[in-house]
Amino acid sequence: MTRMAATRDGYGQALLDLAGNPKVVVLEADLGKSTKSLHFRKAHPERTVSCGIGEQNMLLVGAGLASAGYIPFASTFAIFTERAFEQMRNGVARPNLPVHLCGSHGGTHTGTDGSSAQSIEDLAVFRTLPNVVVMHPCDDVSTRALTMQLPALGKPSYMRTARNKTPVLYDGREAEIQIGKGVVLEEGTDVAIIACGVLVSEALKAADQLKQEGVSACVVDMHTLKPLDGALIDRLVEQCGALVTAEDHNIIGGLGGAVAEHLVSNTFAPLERVGVPDRFGESGQADEMLELMQISAPHIAKAAQRALTRK
Amino acid sequence: MSTSIEEIEEIARKCRVEIVKMVYRAQAGHPGGSLSEIDLLAALYATRMRVRPDEPKWNDRDRFILSKGHASPGMYAILAEMGFISHEDLKSYRVLGGVCQGHVDMKWCPGVDFSAGSLGMGLSFGMGCALAARLDNSDRRSFVMIGDGEMQEGSVWEAAMAAAHHELGNLKVILDRNRIQNDDFCEEQMRMFDIPAKWKAFGWNVKEIDGHNMQEVMEGLDFLEAEENCNGPSILIAHTIKGGGISYMENNPSFHGAAPNEEQYNQAMIELGEVKA
Ligand SMILES: Cc1ncc(C[n+]2csc(CCOP(=O)(O)OP(=O)(O)O)c2C)c(N)n1
Ligand SMILES: [Mg+2]
Repeated sequence: MTRMAATRDGYGQALLDLAGNPKVVVLEADLGKSTKSLHFRKAHPERTVSCGIGEQNMLLVGAGLASAGYIPFASTFAIFTERAFEQMRNGVARPNLPVHLCGSHGGTHTGTDGSSAQSIEDLAVFRTLPNVVVMHPCDDVSTRALTMQLPALGKPSYMRTARNKTPVLYDGREAEIQIGKGVVLEEGTDVAIIACGVLVSEALKAADQLKQEGVSACVVDMHTLKPLDGALIDRLVEQCGALVTAEDHNIIGGLGGAVAEHLVSNTFAPLERVGVPDRFGESGQADEMLELMQISAPHIAKAAQRALTRK
Repeated sequence: MSTSIEEIEEIARKCRVEIVKMVYRAQAGHPGGSLSEIDLLAALYATRMRVRPDEPKWNDRDRFILSKGHASPGMYAILAEMGFISHEDLKSYRVLGGVCQGHVDMKWCPGVDFSAGSLGMGLSFGMGCALAARLDNSDRRSFVMIGDGEMQEGSVWEAAMAAAHHELGNLKVILDRNRIQNDDFCEEQMRMFDIPAKWKAFGWNVKEIDGHNMQEVMEGLDFLEAEENCNGPSILIAHTIKGGGISYMENNPSFHGAAPNEEQYNQAMIELGEVKA
């Protein structure tokens, strides 16, 4: 049986693992129980700073700590990281201070809290900031592995995690995870599906369905959106000649946007983008949301078929 | 006032029943802050709000802005009591396509004047509504309910300063001072020291009451409406109990955003007098 877990739990575990580094500090904005920084808070209260419900303050407190050599890990819901976007831009990214921001409960998959909580633009907005590394891992193992690599990064980052459990894909495969390097989870020759976050497991399901339809689909986990693994995309174009991107994020500006930007300036292949169709979400269960937004496995498979016809 | 204290208390009791039912059915949502605010909402809607349930977009209606929009079950319950929505609609709480979205949303639910969910936004919005009323030469008021944890957002204080500067006597805030936020007690998360003094220093008229004592609630609402307090914005600081009315939820941070299980649900129905023990 596939183990199920939420990426936010991988984040919480990684913070604990990193505690041996005395420079690591954790910043909270009254959502530590949800983002999972609470484990660190319990174990290391002296290195945990409660900022109350004040995301803007939290980001700049982090910047100040980073300027003094500390490595701050700040978290809140993905949607509320956006509240502090300009703080991240002018206070963190511009001076290139290594503040690591984690936005949990990202995407429409977060469910019944509804549209106000479903961030569908975080990846896009943080991707526009110079110096900022942007990640959206798909399972707890890779989330933990990526988070563990952040202290060595030396620049700011944004990572989106998810609220709900999804299949674990990397048990025993931590070593394959590296910031900036996409992972080929399944080889294929007709079409390549490049996915991130909760849609990676949907992409694998879509590949299964495509196999039944006689199509060999390659599946890639593009956990890092910036810097984008352009070399891998070039290889996929060569190998498959048609691409699909899949993300629980607005169709504008996220993974699909990043891949499209790469294609137009480098090599060329038909690209179909699966993403939230430029609309806000609503209250619904996680699986209902993927259906409503037309981003679940069958929709990814359909997009792959469309990409094939455009070869 | 034609509605008696006992009648308002009965409305509040019925709303408490609906709050627990909504959260139990959805197995998600925010009972704590819905139960702490409900006596205030019941009194406000039953005796003060100038609204027309059959004409929810009537331009000269008083506005009510639930800035702590996660406490939506409380608002849906009172909207159903007042006839803006049906009791059947309450079953759509957190259900796909339902009028009762997880957080109150003006696009989805009749009687809701603000799309909430992000804390610290409602007071600024309420100020805009108050300014619009002034520009329209309308005597409608703008009531805003905020949470105490919410008060930690800097934007609340931007609005507080601006509303006093613009002498918005038609802007009236109720603070649900239940002393708990998401993760823990406010005292642990972010101490706020002398809250009445802060609002006074920002130029507001301030009164403190027990938000579960209906007599005091009515006096507090009188204070908000009083002519002599219409020189500028006013705030009613209501001391409440998070989860108030359900013994095991009271003062319990874990019921900020968690649903009761079956046994707890049954106990709540007994405590609220819905079923005999
Ligand atoms: C800007 C923002 N940050 C964080 C949250 C997540 N959140 C939802 S409710 C809550 C606690 C609110 O506490 P309080 O204002 O005291 O409300 P109440 O106790 O009345 O439920 C938090 C942090 C949010 N909704 N908006
Ligand atoms: Mg509170």
